[in-house]
Amino acid sequence: MSGTFVGMPAFPEAAAEALRNAQLRTNLAHATGTIRAKRLAVVGEVEGWEDLRRAGAAIKDEVLLHLDEHLVELERNLQAAGATVHWARDAAEACRIVSGIARSHRVEEVLKIKSMVTQEIGLNEALAADGIAAWETDLAELIVQLGDDLPSHILVPAIHRNRAEIREIFLREMGGVGRPAPADLTDDPARLAEAARLHLREKFLRAKVAVSGANFAVADSGALVVVESEGNGRMCLTLPEVLISVVGIEKVVPTWSDLEVFLQLLPRSSTGERMNPYTSTWTGVVPGDGPQEVHVVLLDNGRTRALADEVGRQALRCIRCSACLNVCPVYERTGGHAYGSVYPGPIGAILNPLLQGPGHDEQTDSLPYASTLCGACFEACPVLIDIPSILVDLRAQVVDARRGGVPGGEALAMKAAARTLGSARKVRRAERIAGLVGRLDLRGRRLPGPGKGWTRERDLPQPAREPFRAWWKRTGGRG
Amino acid sequence: MTRVALLVTCLNDALYPETGRNVVRLLRRLGVEVDFPEAQTCCAQPMINTGYLDEAVPVVRTFVEAFAGYDAVVAPSGSCAGSVRHQHRLVAARSGDATLADRVAELSPRVYELSEFLVDVLGVVDVGAYFPHTVAYHPTCHSLRMLGVGDRPTRLLEAVRGLTLVDLPAAEQCCGFGGTFAVKNSEVSVAMGTDKVRQVQETGAEVLVAGDRSCLMHLGGLLGRQGSGIRALHLADVLAATEAGS
Repeated sequence: MSGTFVGMPAFPEAAAEALRNAQLRTNLAHATGTIRAKRLAVVGEVEGWEDLRRAGAAIKDEVLLHLDEHLVELERNLQAAGATVHWARDAAEACRIVSGIARSHRVEEVLKIKSMVTQEIGLNEALAADGIAAWETDLAELIVQLGDDLPSHILVPAIHRNRAEIREIFLREMGGVGRPAPADLTDDPARLAEAARLHLREKFLRAKVAVSGANFAVADSGALVVVESEGNGRMCLTLPEVLISVVGIEKVVPTWSDLEVFLQLLPRSSTGERMNPYTSTWTGVVPGDGPQEVHVVLLDNGRTRALADEVGRQALRCIRCSACLNVCPVYERTGGHAYGSVYPGPIGAILNPLLQGPGHDEQTDSLPYASTLCGACFEACPVLIDIPSILVDLRAQVVDARRGGVPGGEALAMKAAARTLGSARKVRRAERIAGLVGRLDLRGRRLPGPGKGWTRERDLPQPAREPFRAWWKRTGGRG
Repeated sequence: MTRVALLVTCLNDALYPETGRNVVRLLRRLGVEVDFPEAQTCCAQPMINTGYLDEAVPVVRTFVEAFAGYDAVVAPSGSCAGSVRHQHRLVAARSGDATLADRVAELSPRVYELSEFLVDVLGVVDVGAYFPHTVAYHPTCHSLRMLGVGDRPTRLLEAVRGLTLVDLPAAEQCCGFGGTFAVKNSEVSVAMGTDKVRQVQETGAEVLVAGDRSCLMHLGGLLGRQGSGIRALHLADVLAATEAGS
């Protein structure tokens, strides 16, 4: 029932469309502004925050360097604790594994804990095709699912909705899929949360199978970790008989004590809280306590491709905190849908092309250009991912993937510029021509073609009648 | 400091020569005999940041040849200085030319953004300027986050006689220029710039000052189209102004 991103237009068109939605811009500016302020306050109070960031980056880099060994250790310890481990090369394989397990239990529904990776692989849609309903239990994911909508933020997928819209969605949709919202529902946040709680409680008590992701997978103890705010995750992890966790292979950390670093970095960077309300960890099966059948699906889906990218591999350090989204001036104005992926914002602008490869499709190739390279994301990233440098490198990869064909307008312009800027003599000649243009008054003018984007709302600068280099030649710098 | 070169930047050369002239006036007033190597063209950032690394190679080659032998290179641009210091090595690596890589590594650390050169190399904060106007200062992203110039520009502005510096809300947020972003994603660029311009107007400032003409071209273009009376000036334009007039 939830939508899909497939077939989205490239970023510039999707962003322009989003900008026309005034309500969206108000919702986003308010929400990102609030989270930004909270994050700054709780990060500012930690002495040695920079050391924590460096530690987080170092642990993840070590993991990526020896990923094969850590994954085999994780598998061994999960199996020793009674879990069944599956390996999935891509989205289709992961969906087949999850659906197969659910069908072997003859269920028609599964519960979902909020997870980015199951959205990445399109699990809900795959299960629906096999006749299995997947119920999202995170409040914001529930809003997105009931509204037949798409997530627009990693942490706050319904950030583009305000409470009046949420009330309307609850009243309209809840009854069709379970316990209806009370008829006298208001847009008071407590009342909205109560309606969701009652609606979900029925499902928690009934479901036999739950599907989760994991924030971390600890190799030395075979433990998975889910960090959450609402407690719905804990319900899913404890009540059903069967638990299936889909985990990206980059989620592994070597030892239990490594969590110390990430459990400080993550909540402060994501929700702007000192500590998240619920941290659940489990390993394998404990007789008589919690799920009696535990599966872990370890997923590649482009991660080994990203790992082979020398500049981009640091993106696999990402702990999905979404601090980069909240500080991004582009995201603040366009929202997440414009990025055409479950991973929006600055991290999405690098992660999607890294997972898919440049030249895969027009939409993905447009993402590295969806940034002014202002660097606010790098400054906020708790694991020091140098997003601007990766964006620049990916742009070169996109351009390189297109070399050899018929060059477009931009490629021709860049080649011409390179020829001119390769020699001061050619620059002088170009400036003489521009100086003639400088005799025209360009104020208020709107140009066609490539100049249109600039001049629709901005005046053009006036080329100088005497460029600097001509003045220097004439006066020796003493004019 | 024996030999100091001005990296005027291609944008100032062709569109804002007055800013280049003001850097020369300012440095001369401070006793620095600045030279303009006429072989210079551009830092190659437009190619690098759009993904055209092969096309950037001849431009970077021209750059290192033009500025070879100088003790310091001063640029009235955080963005161009940032590109030289952080990106030229990528272009050199792409070229596969080890000599070019060596020359880049040797030259890059001696390239300074104007406020860095004034405060760190010359050790001055009060440059003897007079500018009796209310000013809002926008710290450009590359000077702030790529170079880390910190409060150097505002310290320089605070020492200018007659100048009133007002607080610009959300000053550290990007103005939306972003090089080719301004054209490739022009709607988002304009949306960001419009918010910035509104915040500047709300301060009541007469003049918007920044250390990059590229960002000012974008913001000044918006201010001009809106018929706002606010002028967009480079930091060098303000620091070069004196009571006697400049």
